[in-house]
Amino acid sequence: MNTVLAADNIVKSFGAFTALHGVSFSLERGKTLGVVGESGSGKSTLGRIVMRLLNPDSGRVWLGGEDLLALDRSQLRAARRRIQLVPQDPRNALNPTMTVRQNLYFQLRAQGVPRNTWASTVERLLAQVSLPPDYLHAFPHELSGGQAQRVAISRAIANNPDVLVCDEAVSALDKSVQAQVLNTFADLQAETGVAMFFISHDLAVVEHISDDVLVLNRGRTVESGATSDVLADPQDPYTRELLAARHLAAPS
Amino acid sequence: MTDTTRRGRKTEVPDMAPAGQLPPEVPLALDATDVSVSFRSTGGRWSTVVDRVGLGFERAQVTVLLGESGSGKTVFARSITGMAPFGARVDGTAIFDDRDLLKISRRSLRTIQGDRIGMVPQDPNSSLDPMRRIGGQIIETLEQHRRVDGRDAAHARMIELLTLVHIHDPERVARCYPHEVSGGMRQRIAIAIAICCDPELIVADEPSSALDASVGVRVVQLLGDLRDRLNTAILFITHDIGIAALIANQPGDRVAVMLSGRIVELGFASQVLHNAHHPYTRALIAAEPSAAVARGHLAVVPDEVRSQRYWSELIPVEPGHGVAKPLEHAEAGVA
Repeated sequence: MNTVLAADNIVKSFGAFTALHGVSFSLERGKTLGVVGESGSGKSTLGRIVMRLLNPDSGRVWLGGEDLLALDRSQLRAARRRIQLVPQDPRNALNPTMTVRQNLYFQLRAQGVPRNTWASTVERLLAQVSLPPDYLHAFPHELSGGQAQRVAISRAIANNPDVLVCDEAVSALDKSVQAQVLNTFADLQAETGVAMFFISHDLAVVEHISDDVLVLNRGRTVESGATSDVLADPQDPYTRELLAARHLAAPS
Repeated sequence: MTDTTRRGRKTEVPDMAPAGQLPPEVPLALDATDVSVSFRSTGGRWSTVVDRVGLGFERAQVTVLLGESGSGKTVFARSITGMAPFGARVDGTAIFDDRDLLKISRRSLRTIQGDRIGMVPQDPNSSLDPMRRIGGQIIETLEQHRRVDGRDAAHARMIELLTLVHIHDPERVARCYPHEVSGGMRQRIAIAIAICCDPELIVADEPSSALDASVGVRVVQLLGDLRDRLNTAILFITHDIGIAALIANQPGDRVAVMLSGRIVELGFASQVLHNAHHPYTRALIAAEPSAAVARGHLAVVPDEVRSQRYWSELIPVEPGHGVAKPLEHAEAGVA
């Protein structure tokens, strides 16, 4: 088995509100799991739990065979290097007072990468997301949305993580820029075999990028399986509604 | 074309782009001609954000303005309805009921905005007053523009409006504060306020992009229904091709594609969305993600198209369908 990330029966409540009612999934190396749902469905909560930014009330999470919830602080620090976040709005996620180079150096230091390789590593990282090295001198506010998102991706892949958690990573982008970033994700995955936990409310994007899909509605899994199977024959009325919302796209 | 003294309904086709223009006998709700908007940048230089754009809006017709962020679509829509952003210099004409909205006083504008031109904002969270109940906010607009006979008549009209935008429990919702209802409902309330005085034109600026996909679709369908019911012209701004196809679903509806402050393709929705001629429009349509395209092979807009600053006037390619051609810098000065 090549499972890099798995969760079993995750339950999470905030006060009287239950955000997740027993959600399970597993994600294999080199694959993408699309997590779909509307706002309030619990998809971001699930994303934060698998990174252990939140602790669930019950349930278990395995990162590469290790029980993520049982790790102590130093083990967790090491484990977190293997799972990285690509945020929704990269302009808020990059430090505005640092250049792209300094932002990436900051990450490399946190990852424990030897200092003498930093200079060559950052150029390679930008090349991987198809940005020319000139951008190393730019500040985040000088970048367009798509460029900033690609810098955020390059930062996330700095130390070859096993899993990328992409929380609405392309939702804030224009359609043509979104296409570039989706291409970047696909190229990276083909190159490095990174697994992606891809959270989105846009079924068209998920249909394009994911191998498997998990549809959440009010904290419950209403549908899961291979993307093509689920979308070809949705069993749940909620999935059908989401699908109807996406089928009017693509006029040709 | 700055003749604002004309009397009677406008009967002349403006000497703008020939393609996509309406037949001369059709009365226009709003006719914008040669509108340019520029802002003074920090160095004191004026930079042009909207460059000589003309569009006419016909009753019961949807015009979709399609473009990406920074293309000038919102600035154009705000400018032609007299709501140009602070510091903008606006040239051209926007004729509405024989008056040029770019020249009339603020006071006259106030009798038109909200009354005969309705606005649906992108984000209803910031356009509704969080401190006041929903019913009161609708009644306020009614009282501002229409002489309603007493509180009961205003209340009845408010309930009627809420029902019209498919709110099932209007009496209860009217007593709620904006934070007590969902985002989709807030957007429908914003639409109710926009249509409360039976406007001739509704400007909807990305009304669905702040909402969840399925909720957004319902809001857009609601606007489409209202167009038929109220016989209103709709200027619909979006960056989403799917949403454009959803709202512009009738034969007369048009799509205008905007790029760096120019309209580069204009035609009926079926022509532009199914038979696009401009490379930018084609790239936008091809960039739409789908399972049919292999991963990593989505089309991207070529940089030379995106960075091209000068485009010609629209050149007709078929009746009602015009496409702009790229121009050299030198040619653009005289174009």
